[in-house]
Amino acid sequence: MTGDIRAVELFLFHEARLLDEARFEEWLALFTASAWYWVPIEPGQADPFESVSIIYDDRRLLETRVRRLLNPNIHAEEPRTRTSRIVGNIVLGEDAGPDVDPGADLVVASRFQMAEFRRDRQRVFAGSMRHGLVKAGDSFRIAWKRVDLVNCDGMLEGISVPF
Amino acid sequence: MNDDGETMIAEAAIDELVSPDRVHRRVYSDPDLFELEMDRLFGRAWIFVGHESQVKRPGDFYSTRIGREPVVMTRHADGAIHVLHNRCGHRGALVVGSECGHVEDAFRCCYHGWRFATDGTLLSVPQRQGYPEDNVAPGDPAYGMTPVARVDDYRGFVFASLSSEGPSLVDFLGHMTTSFDDMIDRAPDGEIEVAGGVARHAYNGNWKLIFENVNDGLHPLTVHQSSIEAARDQDDAVWSDGAGEIAVRQMRQNGAPWDMWEKQIGLWAYPNGHSYLGDYHDDAKLVAAQRDPSFDEYLAAMEAARGKDRTREILGVLRWNTNIYPSLSFMSQFRQIRVIRPVAVDRTEVLGFCFRLKGAPDEMFRDTIRFANVTNAVASPVLTDDLETYFRIRCGVESEGSDWIPTSRGLGRDVEDGNGGWRAENGLSELHIRNMFRCWSDYMGGAAI
Repeated sequence: MTGDIRAVELFLFHEARLLDEARFEEWLALFTASAWYWVPIEPGQADPFESVSIIYDDRRLLETRVRRLLNPNIHAEEPRTRTSRIVGNIVLGEDAGPDVDPGADLVVASRFQMAEFRRDRQRVFAGSMRHGLVKAGDSFRIAWKRVDLVNCDGMLEGISVPF
Repeated sequence: MNDDGETMIAEAAIDELVSPDRVHRRVYSDPDLFELEMDRLFGRAWIFVGHESQVKRPGDFYSTRIGREPVVMTRHADGAIHVLHNRCGHRGALVVGSECGHVEDAFRCCYHGWRFATDGTLLSVPQRQGYPEDNVAPGDPAYGMTPVARVDDYRGFVFASLSSEGPSLVDFLGHMTTSFDDMIDRAPDGEIEVAGGVARHAYNGNWKLIFENVNDGLHPLTVHQSSIEAARDQDDAVWSDGAGEIAVRQMRQNGAPWDMWEKQIGLWAYPNGHSYLGDYHDDAKLVAAQRDPSFDEYLAAMEAARGKDRTREILGVLRWNTNIYPSLSFMSQFRQIRVIRPVAVDRTEVLGFCFRLKGAPDEMFRDTIRFANVTNAVASPVLTDDLETYFRIRCGVESEGSDWIPTSRGLGRDVEDGNGGWRAENGLSELHIRNMFRCWSDYMGGAAI
């Protein structure tokens, strides 16, 4: 798999596109049945169980989060947020650092920048991502995803659309 | 404000802003009133600074603000806790630049290297011979880091007041000491500690809004409609490591019918603006007084330490959010505190902390973290709808469509509770809002010291 960086790259681009186009159900479908999605609140946070997080969703909560994003009465998304993200600096396997989950076939590290616009204000988020991927036919599924924002411990305002 | 820093708002005008059944929109929108609040309310009242466990060892420090005043809480060499103005006695720079940490010997100002002990004493001044002989001497309190006028704690919860006058902390808290007891007594070892990081968020709205909201029983069904409905439709057979279990249950709980708020839930208010919600939910996983796998272990530890009767008494307290006006909101059932810091009339910062009950099973603390993520995290599917609401209020109170905001739900139906406070008719009352504004008028109009 380590040689197949193009396939991984296309998968991450696809994921980013689904989020930017607010296709949240399709995004959710990329995750495995026992996936977790984590946005730590501290740089280098060791685990999501002993400290609070910006987001720590197991599969069940991720489903609820996505269902709520699609609910017409989501006040925090009236008007809707628009995002545009660039994913790059992708490295695979051993280059991506230690594998935190033996359940993944492949660990991918990347960097992203995301502009977020809502109402009359634009914010910029940036950081690193690590995906634990499993093979699924010609493509992948996300077994876990960790997003480390450069401003994770900053005084942030409400965040509705995932990274 | 005029040149002397005095506000031009007359006291009579303050009285006209607040009446028992309504308040003027300016209390949420007027920058001059905010300036006056910093002086008369945040400059006088006891303000929560931190918990003693945030400065465990001598040399530990934690910096925060009282109103807009930067302060630092320290543990001195003799073990005593101090709260100091975070300001160098020389050129006025912040001495402590980090939120928390530890110094081995002394604080050292970044500018000219003045050094201060952790009790604020000026220790040394580089090139001191350049000053007149009796001027800027080490130990001279005029050039130290000035201690905040009054500092006291209730069972480890450290408060400070910028005013040298006023009621003692225990008088200020009054019956609310029992809410702190409720939090601390739940620890089998009789102690709690701050742990698990800080959940921060900021919102564009007045600082009063969060105090009004957390004990507002009427808002969840509309504000949180999207997360309530999303949680109701969630398939509980889907895999969870505990995060989703706690979060989805709490979101569903937000959908409790108004009937429950009217018939079961209580709201109490006390002098100095304090209040609490009681008899809230009794869901087995959400309230530790009920059966739960990790709860059996906890119950055994409690009964071993306190005996069965006392344990039953402690766990029989069903308080939800307690508001300590105007700086702190906390909740013992899931061991959460929120520190509210005003920034501007339309800008507020909130810091969420978790507590670990010493002697309780580790899994209980993990539930505390899970609960914090759904209630205090800045990307919470619940909290984000509250923040949007605060922003819309911020916009609406600029409107001249009407000057008045009613606070009259339950007015005239409050009864004295026998502990110096009042019990509202039910959990949908706005008693806590009226109570806060009664206190606000006293501070702002000059009746309270």
